[in-house]
Amino acid sequence: MKSAPIPMFKLRIWGDRVLEVSGIDCFYGDVQILRGMSLSAKPGEILCLLGRNGAGKTTTLKSIMGLVPARAGSITLDNERLDTLPAHEVPKRGVGYVPQGRRLFAEMTVAENIEVGLLTRSKGAETRERMLTLFPRLRDRYRQRAETLSGGEQQMLAMARALCLEPRVLLLDEPTEGLQPSMISLIRDVVVGLKEQDVATILVEQRIDAVLSIADRVVFMENGIRRDEATAEALRHDPSLINRYVGVSQAAAIDPAPISPT
Amino acid sequence: MDFGPQLFLASLDGMVTAAVLALTALGLSLVFGVMRVVNVAHGEFFMLGAVIAWFVASNIGGHAAIGFIAALIIAPLVVGAIAAAADWIVLKRLDYEPEATIVATIGLLYILQQGALVTFGPVAQAVEPPFNKRIEIPWFEGANVGWGLFTTSYKLFVIGATIAILIGVWLLLSRTKIGLVMRATQLDRETAQAFGIPVEKVYALTFGFGAALAALAAVLIVPIQQADYLMGGDPLLLSFIVVIIGGLGSLRGTLVAALIIGMSDGIISVFFTPTLAKIIATLAVAMVLVFRPQGLFGAKAQ
Repeated sequence: MKSAPIPMFKLRIWGDRVLEVSGIDCFYGDVQILRGMSLSAKPGEILCLLGRNGAGKTTTLKSIMGLVPARAGSITLDNERLDTLPAHEVPKRGVGYVPQGRRLFAEMTVAENIEVGLLTRSKGAETRERMLTLFPRLRDRYRQRAETLSGGEQQMLAMARALCLEPRVLLLDEPTEGLQPSMISLIRDVVVGLKEQDVATILVEQRIDAVLSIADRVVFMENGIRRDEATAEALRHDPSLINRYVGVSQAAAIDPAPISPT
Repeated sequence: MDFGPQLFLASLDGMVTAAVLALTALGLSLVFGVMRVVNVAHGEFFMLGAVIAWFVASNIGGHAAIGFIAALIIAPLVVGAIAAAADWIVLKRLDYEPEATIVATIGLLYILQQGALVTFGPVAQAVEPPFNKRIEIPWFEGANVGWGLFTTSYKLFVIGATIAILIGVWLLLSRTKIGLVMRATQLDRETAQAFGIPVEKVYALTFGFGAALAALAAVLIVPIQQADYLMGGDPLLLSFIVVIIGGLGSLRGTLVAALIIGMSDGIISVFFTPTLAKIIATLAVAMVLVFRPQGLFGAKAQ
């Protein structure tokens, strides 16, 4: 499926403002998941987190959303602390989230899921229309319950719901998981379209080829720590880092990941 | 008296029971559905509604209808505010831990009950119905009716008002932004937060709203039943029965189960004894728990 050109978002000028995660520690109960994790993302940048299961990629995204509290370190957006805000204030600062497994409100209709995305917006009609133009399939399914959609349609809805916030920073957790190639290319087109509108995207993704074709930078995680960083350009020429941190052949040589939710 | 007319009358009384039960159980079901809190103090919010209704009605002069209408507005608001405060002060601090909230609401039960005893006193008080016209039922002419076949306009009003309130709650939940926010919180608390929903405020609102529904039910029934500081026990038990049979968190199930339990309670109480009605209802809960633990309309646990 060749997707239509991405309709333009209102251009948000936020210059060099940066999402900055520095030295955060996160725990589930007594189990430490993140140990001094740091990263930063600039407007218009696609940053990818790579690492094996249990490395802490999902927890990093959740901590940015305030869903897992950071016990140490800080998270700032445009020099404003996010980690000290209640979780429900974070999306109002312009951070959109597409969680792993989509986490749609399954018993609600497509329309209602989009309304949830629009809750923080005072005027939603225009944004709603733009989402339905971006993902025409959702318009066809508008009154259907989210749980009746196909996997690809569900992912479109999860993306649309997050984009309703008109985010400056978009967190995507395995958006292509279990999707067919045509759907993957649609999602990639959307992400690239957002980049052109200066949205910073942090992407957790298992498919290396998909990552290298769109990411600017890749951060490698292991055991809740940032181990390494490289530009996608460099990794295309020399994939040794990928083999080291996610490669199956080398997996046995690396310390086992902690038993914990990703 | 013939069986037919007697059954009809018993069904009518059963409808009144079912109506009040539906409202009370709906409050309990909403609180559990959205917050996953088992509110053991729910019956006391019902009792408070009745007691406040008596207090308001007996302090406002004039026609009984004025006091009643005032009670219909004031009692749910006051009870809802008390419940929301209890949520904010107690349940929130317990982080909505399931076991802790059960113990906390048991404590709340005694505080409210003994508080009512101290302020309201141990004597049951009647509230005058706003209207109570005797309505002869003409459909059984020629039947051997010993003491006359009639109901009262107030009972019909209770049934009608309940239907109106239930439709209102349904519209609120399905058509308004508040309803959307409550349902989103119910379905996925974490994701709701990621879209800017302040779940703690939604919880306080839901807890207050659930208690207000119980209070509203009590204001409707108190002209038939009298207000009493110990009256919270039965509505609590029956609400739990209804919510378990209907399926926790399922509004449709709650309504159907309230109708079944209320009607059977009314009919069995007339033909046999109220105790037998309670035994059968409790047995029904046991059967549901054994054979269909998620309730008649509940979703299977995931």
